[in-house]
Amino acid sequence: MLTLPPFQFHSPKSVAEALTLLEAHGAKAKLHAGGTDLVPNMKHRLFTPEHVIGLRDVAELHRIGERDGALAIGSMVTLADLARDERVRAIFPSLSSAAAQVAGPQLREMGTLGGNLALDTRCVYYNQTYFWRKALGYCLKKDGTVCHVVKGGQKCVAAASNDTAPVLLSLGATVRLQSPRGSRELPLDQFYVADGIRNTVLEPDELITEVRVLLPQGRLVTGYQKLRLRASIDYPALTVAVAAWLEKDGTAQWIRMVISALGARPHAVKRIEHLFGKPLDAAAIDELGQAAYKQCHPLTNINVDPGWRRLMIPVFVRRAWQQALAPGPQ
Amino acid sequence: MARPARELIRFEVNGDWHELAVEPRTTLLEALRYVLKLTGSKQGCDKGDCGACTVLIDGRPQLSCISLAMTAVGRKITTIEGLAEGNRAHPVQDAFDLCGALQCGFCQSGMMLSAAALLADNPRPNRDEIKQALSGNLCRCTGYTQIVDAVEVASGQRDVPERDERPTTRRK
Repeated sequence: MLTLPPFQFHSPKSVAEALTLLEAHGAKAKLHAGGTDLVPNMKHRLFTPEHVIGLRDVAELHRIGERDGALAIGSMVTLADLARDERVRAIFPSLSSAAAQVAGPQLREMGTLGGNLALDTRCVYYNQTYFWRKALGYCLKKDGTVCHVVKGGQKCVAAASNDTAPVLLSLGATVRLQSPRGSRELPLDQFYVADGIRNTVLEPDELITEVRVLLPQGRLVTGYQKLRLRASIDYPALTVAVAAWLEKDGTAQWIRMVISALGARPHAVKRIEHLFGKPLDAAAIDELGQAAYKQCHPLTNINVDPGWRRLMIPVFVRRAWQQALAPGPQ
Repeated sequence: MARPARELIRFEVNGDWHELAVEPRTTLLEALRYVLKLTGSKQGCDKGDCGACTVLIDGRPQLSCISLAMTAVGRKITTIEGLAEGNRAHPVQDAFDLCGALQCGFCQSGMMLSAAALLADNPRPNRDEIKQALSGNLCRCTGYTQIVDAVEVASGQRDVPERDERPTTRRK
C-alpha cells in the first residue's frame, strides 16, 4: 500500500483560473492532467507538492481541430481519444500509433497528450519507493549527489520515455505554453533539453495548452516502432519515429528520424541530408539505420540490456520505414 | 505540510449518489474500499501497473489506485459490485464462472470490468481485440487462455464448455 503525501487540490474551470493558481502557488504546485505519471511519482515521494491543480474541468484544453493550416490538439485530449481520432489516424498515422501504444488501455483512458509530453524522465534508480531510494543513498536526480548509472557522472541520464514526443518531433510540431507572464509557442525540438533532472524548458508556472502540427501539403509518410519487454503496460526501451515527404517519383524531399527512450532528450538523427532528393530504397534505409546506430549509445538507465537496445536500433529503423512506405492505410 | 481539511465530494457509484468527506490525497480506490467499504476493487501494486483496481468511470476502464477521489467528483463509477443487474449476473460474470476463468481471483474484478467495457464498445471482438483490451490487467495464475475464452463465450462467439470440462465448483 502506497499512500500519497498531503496536498491541497484545486480544480480550475478555465485556463485563466489555472494561471491565477499557478501565479499564487508556482513552484509549490504541480499540474494534474491524467495523473498517471504524477500520482505514482508522488506515492514514491519524488514530488511532494503543497498544491495539486487538476485540469480535468478546463474544457478549452480538450479540443482537437484544424486551424490555420495545422491540426491543433488540446493538451488535455486523452491518449485513447487521440488514438481513436479518425483525422489523426488518416493524416498522421504514426501519432495515432504512438498514442495507441502508450502503457496499457486504462492508462490511455486517463493519460493526456500534454501529460505525455511533460512526462518525467525515468531511471531504474529513480522510479522506486522512498525506502528503496534511501537504502541506496539516493541519486543525482532526487535527494542525492551520485549517479548510479554513470560512475562519477555529474549529469543525470534518466531517459525520456514518452511515446508521442519522438513522433511529434519527426512531424515538426510546436507547443503553446501559457503562464501568468504570457504565452509562447516553441518548436518541440526547443522544448526538450539534454538534462535528465528536468528535460524540458517548461517553467514551474507554465502550462502546455496546445500542440500544433502543420497539415502536409504533399505526400507525408510516417512510421513509429517501439521496443519493450511486454507489448503492454511497459515503458519503452527504444522508440523510433520516422517521417518523410515523398515526391511523385518516390524520392524523399526531406526525411526526419527521431530515436528516443535512450537518453534524457529524444535524438533527431543528424547528417542524413545527403539522402534528401533520392529514392527511399533498401540501401537508403540501411544507411539511415547505420547513421542512427552510430549516433546512439544506450546506458543502463533502465532494466533492459543496453547492448541489445543498441543492436535493435537499425532493426527498428528498418521496420519503421517499412511501415511508413507500406501501401494502403497503416 | 499540515494536513489540509477534509473536503465534501459527491459521485455516483453503481447507480447511487454518495457524499463523502475525504482528504484531498485520498485515491478513488481508498475512497471505495475504506470509506464506502466496496472491497471488490483490489489494491494490488497500488501504482498503476497491475489493473486489479480497474473501475469504470463514465463507462471507460480506469485505474482507481492512481485516480484522486477529487477527480471523480460528479462522475458515474461502476465497480464490480455494480456490474450485475440486480440478481442477474452480467454475461461476462456468467462466462467467467462457466469457463473457470480464474484461480486465486485477485485480478478477476478488474479483468471483468475491462471485458465488460470492451463488449459495450464492440459486442463481437476477435481474439486479438480481446487480448488488447485486457492487456492492462495482469493475471499471475491462469495463463489467460480461459479468460480470453470466457470473453468469447460472453460475446456469444464460443460455446459454453461441456459440463464435465467445467470446474468442480459448478457441478451439482
